[in-house]
Amino acid sequence: MSYDDWFRKDRLPHIFCAGCGNGTIINCTLAAIDQMNWKKEETIFVSGIGCSSRAPGYILTDSLHTTHGRAIAFATGVKMAKPDFNVVVFTGDGDMAAIGGNHFIHACRRNIDMTVVCMNNQIYGMTGGQGSPTTPKGCLSSTTPYGCAETPFDLCELATAAGANFVARWTSYHVKELEKSVKAGLETPGFSFIEVLTQCPTAFGRRNKFRQVIDHVEFLKSHSLLKAKRDRLVEKHEHVPEDMFVVGELTRRNRPALGVKP
Amino acid sequence: MMEITEGSHAVAEAVRLSRPQVVSAYPITPQTHIVEALADFVANGTLDAEYLTVDSELSALSACVGASAAGSRTYSATTSQGLMLMAEVVFNAAGMRLPIVMSIANRALGAPLSIWNDMQDSIAMRDSGWLQFYAEDNQEATDLHFLAYKVAEDATIQLPAFVCFDGFILSHTYEPIDMLTQEQVDQYLPAYNPAEKLDAKDPMSFGMYATPDYYMEFRYEMDEAQKRAKDVIAKYGKEFGTLFGRDYSALVEGYQLADAETAIIAMGSICGTVKDAIDEMRAAGKKVGLLKIRVFRPFPYEEIKKALAHVQRIAVLDKNISLGAKGGATAIEVRDAMYGSTIPVKGYVLGLGGRDIRKKDIKEIVSLCENGAGDQFYGLRKELI
Repeated sequence: MSYDDWFRKDRLPHIFCAGCGNGTIINCTLAAIDQMNWKKEETIFVSGIGCSSRAPGYILTDSLHTTHGRAIAFATGVKMAKPDFNVVVFTGDGDMAAIGGNHFIHACRRNIDMTVVCMNNQIYGMTGGQGSPTTPKGCLSSTTPYGCAETPFDLCELATAAGANFVARWTSYHVKELEKSVKAGLETPGFSFIEVLTQCPTAFGRRNKFRQVIDHVEFLKSHSLLKAKRDRLVEKHEHVPEDMFVVGELTRRNRPALGVKP
Repeated sequence: MMEITEGSHAVAEAVRLSRPQVVSAYPITPQTHIVEALADFVANGTLDAEYLTVDSELSALSACVGASAAGSRTYSATTSQGLMLMAEVVFNAAGMRLPIVMSIANRALGAPLSIWNDMQDSIAMRDSGWLQFYAEDNQEATDLHFLAYKVAEDATIQLPAFVCFDGFILSHTYEPIDMLTQEQVDQYLPAYNPAEKLDAKDPMSFGMYATPDYYMEFRYEMDEAQKRAKDVIAKYGKEFGTLFGRDYSALVEGYQLADAETAIIAMGSICGTVKDAIDEMRAAGKKVGLLKIRVFRPFPYEEIKKALAHVQRIAVLDKNISLGAKGGATAIEVRDAMYGSTIPVKGYVLGLGGRDIRKKDIKEIVSLCENGAGDQFYGLRKELI
């Protein structure tokens, strides 16, 4: 499935490595946007720096490719100047959770009406595989050659705690679910955050024993714990496996929002 | 001992040998190989230091400021946008007189985004109070780190220092390097032992509020330290030469300058290309020479005026542009250095955003200068304008 009308075909071939999950995430996002019947001339994609941030370059709308970590801040300006416009941010874990962390939490707090899709490959892929704030404990990167010793962020809990109206997490395996969540995010007034755990075979996979791309996708699938299932386990006071992460729609609420289309 | 190694790895090894106690850095192309190597050294125990994987360049240099104020030898590396993000703390580090050494793998600034080489990043920080060293090749890039620590930490200077080397052109190039041994470096560079540091037994504050009654004198003292740095660089550069055979006492370095009619002024890796072009022009009977600027801050005004008193014309090559002013930063400063002289100074802005500079370009610029043409961009693609 592809959404030819939204692609800048003259920009192909893209720069993503073979086996990268970013294309899947872009496709799911565009599939959701396609269902919204948004006009291209009223839709703006904003990004920062990193592999994720190349996405708007391949999409046939106005876009801002900004500085590292600042995509949400630039997007806030766009949304305040043009509340009629649909603003979507593509970002990554390094871009959004490290250097741009402050903009992220404050956009959640203000609950500004935009949708942020975070391609979380758990590493700085573009610069060659340094540890990021979402690199899991024990994982190898070029700056943690014997395993990351720091505790990673849970980006969804962060977004929820900071005030976002809509928060969901999926992986690059869950294409249909992801598409639905992005659409729900686009429909929800206020700040919508969709985290997508994805494979980076070049910088993460080859260091962390995912010899084949599919090995990593399988890992993401098998370590996903549906929110409903997690809730049941908690309710029954049963053990929730520590090595799994929760996927699904995690937060949906109606806090006062900023910049909502009049 | 001679070894063939990548520029970034040679710099990382020089940093390891300098025994920093805190290294704090954030990944950014084309600097990343340096800090990856340092992370490896720390993880493997060959460098006894704290390595911080911080969340941004702003945090990287902020952590260095804290560590340096606490009395540690500290190191960071960055380039381009990373340096711009650090800007606030760049000025603070100098104002607090903290001798941090930072490598800059020179890269162009956005927008538009470019990962390729020019010198706009470090040049944009020229008023910050940091010493600025520029390397022509990776041997110099390596050695200048030892000199930078030695000068920066001198009790009469106490200013931070950039060691700038061209991104990709040097950082990713393999060259033979004569690497010092730990014994040699220890002999040259003693442990950092600042007279003033954060100490609970003798409390003090860095970076306090200075009212208009006090502020200006801090700036004055920094400027005086910059001026003193010339002699200190000469002293320690000479000591380096005496001990290891490579003399870095001069802030500027001439090549085929003695009888030159046209003098080219340049900084960084382009000097190698210029030297090759000069050899060919000399073989064809043209008297051309080079004056390489190794130290941009403090700026070598007197040294330039003295070295070029006999030439007929000067062509200044700038891989940066001070937009709205008269060309690149070096040309502007050289015109000031040559003030009162009748020797024409022509500036050429070239190589921005990684545009290649070849020997034939240098020859073309010499021809332009001979014909009195200059103070212009060189190498523009007319069809794009």
